[in-house]
Amino acid sequence: MIAALRSEYRKIVTTRTWWVLLLAMLAYMSFLAATFAFAMTQGGAMGGPGTQGLGHSPTSAISVYTIAVAFGYVFPVIVGALSVTGEFRHQTITPTLLAEPRRTTLVGAKLLAAVPVGVLYGVLGTAAGVGVGAGVLALTDHATYLDDPEVLVAVGRSVLALAVWAVVGVGLGLAMPNQVAVIVVVLAFTQFVEPILRFALAFVADGALAGVGAYLPGAAGEAITGSSFYSQMGAGELLAWWQGLLVLVGYALVFAALGRVTTLRRDIT
Amino acid sequence: MTTAPTGPPGTTPADEGVVQVQGLTKHFGAVAAVQDLSFTVRPGRVTGFLGPNGAGKTTTLRMLLGLVRPTSGTATVSGRAYGDLARPMSTVGAALEAASFHPGRSALDHLRTYAPSIGAPDSRCAEVLALVGLEGAARRRVGGFSLGMRQRLALATTLLGDPKVLLLDEPANGLDPEGIVWLRGLLRHLASQGRTVLVSSHMLSEVQQTVDDVIIIARGRLVHASPIAELASLAVPTVTVASPDEAGLDALVAANGWERTAEAGAPGTSVVTLRGTSAAAVGSAAFAAGLELHELASRSVGLEDVFLHLVQEPGTPGPTTTGGAP
Ligand SMILES: Nc1ncnc2c1ncn2[C@@H]1O[C@H](COP(=O)(O)OP(=O)(O)OP(=O)(O)O)[C@@H](O)[C@H]1O
Ligand SMILES: [Mg+2]
Repeated sequence: MIAALRSEYRKIVTTRTWWVLLLAMLAYMSFLAATFAFAMTQGGAMGGPGTQGLGHSPTSAISVYTIAVAFGYVFPVIVGALSVTGEFRHQTITPTLLAEPRRTTLVGAKLLAAVPVGVLYGVLGTAAGVGVGAGVLALTDHATYLDDPEVLVAVGRSVLALAVWAVVGVGLGLAMPNQVAVIVVVLAFTQFVEPILRFALAFVADGALAGVGAYLPGAAGEAITGSSFYSQMGAGELLAWWQGLLVLVGYALVFAALGRVTTLRRDIT
Repeated sequence: MTTAPTGPPGTTPADEGVVQVQGLTKHFGAVAAVQDLSFTVRPGRVTGFLGPNGAGKTTTLRMLLGLVRPTSGTATVSGRAYGDLARPMSTVGAALEAASFHPGRSALDHLRTYAPSIGAPDSRCAEVLALVGLEGAARRRVGGFSLGMRQRLALATTLLGDPKVLLLDEPANGLDPEGIVWLRGLLRHLASQGRTVLVSSHMLSEVQQTVDDVIIIARGRLVHASPIAELASLAVPTVTVASPDEAGLDALVAANGWERTAEAGAPGTSVVTLRGTSAAAVGSAAFAAGLELHELASRSVGLEDVFLHLVQEPGTPGPTTTGGAP
């Protein structure tokens, strides 16, 4: 298993994908953190009707610093997914299964190999949010709240959430080995379907389904840091951080198991 | 139970390095890719695995490697299914057709990604690259490699684990003549070290000078398995006769019951090729019949013709000397 893990890790870091996507993530997160930190200094100018606003508070600071968990998790997801779909796209799944014919071991190795990569995305993606966000706050003479333990814990958990997202990506890739399909589904779901669902679930049936939205993967991810633009804007409550973590890991494992009994049961020709 | 020809008796199990296929069958939906195929490949020899396009060579190799699940039957290496081997790639090195590489990885990185799973030290990667003559391209991206370079890299991958058994699917594809000579030498060398070498091809001539044994399949079924020398004995010589007396020649052939395999002729001359007889027999019969002959020649059939005959649909004419048909 350790050997297979080392092989899988090397597969990820010997192509350009991982750093190209990482740079894209850092640029995007820096831009968002600057925008939202600036909005924060404007005292809730972002808020729409029914929102609690984006005032200058520790809660808002957390939202800015962990912005990667709300808007940037799609990057580790795609890196994780590509680590599987690339094998099918380039038919390297053949030598991969020759080197490691135990397919369940291979699934485990792929899931675990995504962790260090996810941590890297988590550390740097969060650092971009904190660095740029705190920079904007400091430059505009606002408190950064970086001495607040609650803020620091949230920042740490942001790294954790992003690392788990990379593992979810591997699960998705296993369940959906077609590279184009998985990218389209990931983008459509994370950027469009889930945000709408979360608002819809919060408002339909007099809020009877509001709790369900918290179990959607994006909401579970945000629960890990305990802060969310969506819930600040009224899109339902979040789970406790450890519940969010379990739900998100659950998604990864369910997708991976699904991939194990579908994709990896088929003949490799 | 016979013992494997190589390896000191008592130190290795009898089936060490032996590739055994038994009653192997694979259906892809309605397509019967492999049907009730059985054969044995022994260590210390180069075995050619031959058959025309679509015969089922790649499918058989993929079943041996645990990539395709057989509909029925078994395929083992050293007595075990591939997936049950402890360190599979240090027992079996396999290169399948359409060798698969990530185009963005360098040759060295390609090998380095598989080395840990195989249990090979990183230093082995540079070693096998040198072995296949790619040391100069180690840091180049595989995406820019020629077909022949990819074949060499695929071969390097199979050698990473220093395996006892090599299964190579059309390894000569894309190699230049010099590369083919080099490959022959390498395969012979590997077999001389006591390894089992199975190499597939759709052309006998490509491997004829390299292999000790042949396994020939067609339409998913075994049609012939023997040492290559025995294949040569299947070659039936033919006799070509030319005579200006067409009717006389026809009568002579019919009277002696010779099998005609080809006809040719110019105006005023009839030329036929006969099978299952000799120039001496034809000459003496013609002399006795008073038939005028303008040509009487005996030709041996090439192995390639024997091969083509074996893999043809049943009921088609036998191998003849008149190759080069359109
Ligand atoms: N995944 C698949 N689905 C359906 N049919 C398949 C599949 N793989 C192989 N076949 C069929 O099985 C038969 C044997 O194919 P195979 O690739 O094993 O032949 P081959 O001997 O390797 O031929 P070639 O010399 O062209 O490489 C062919 O009829 C092929 O179309
Ligand atoms: Mg083939």
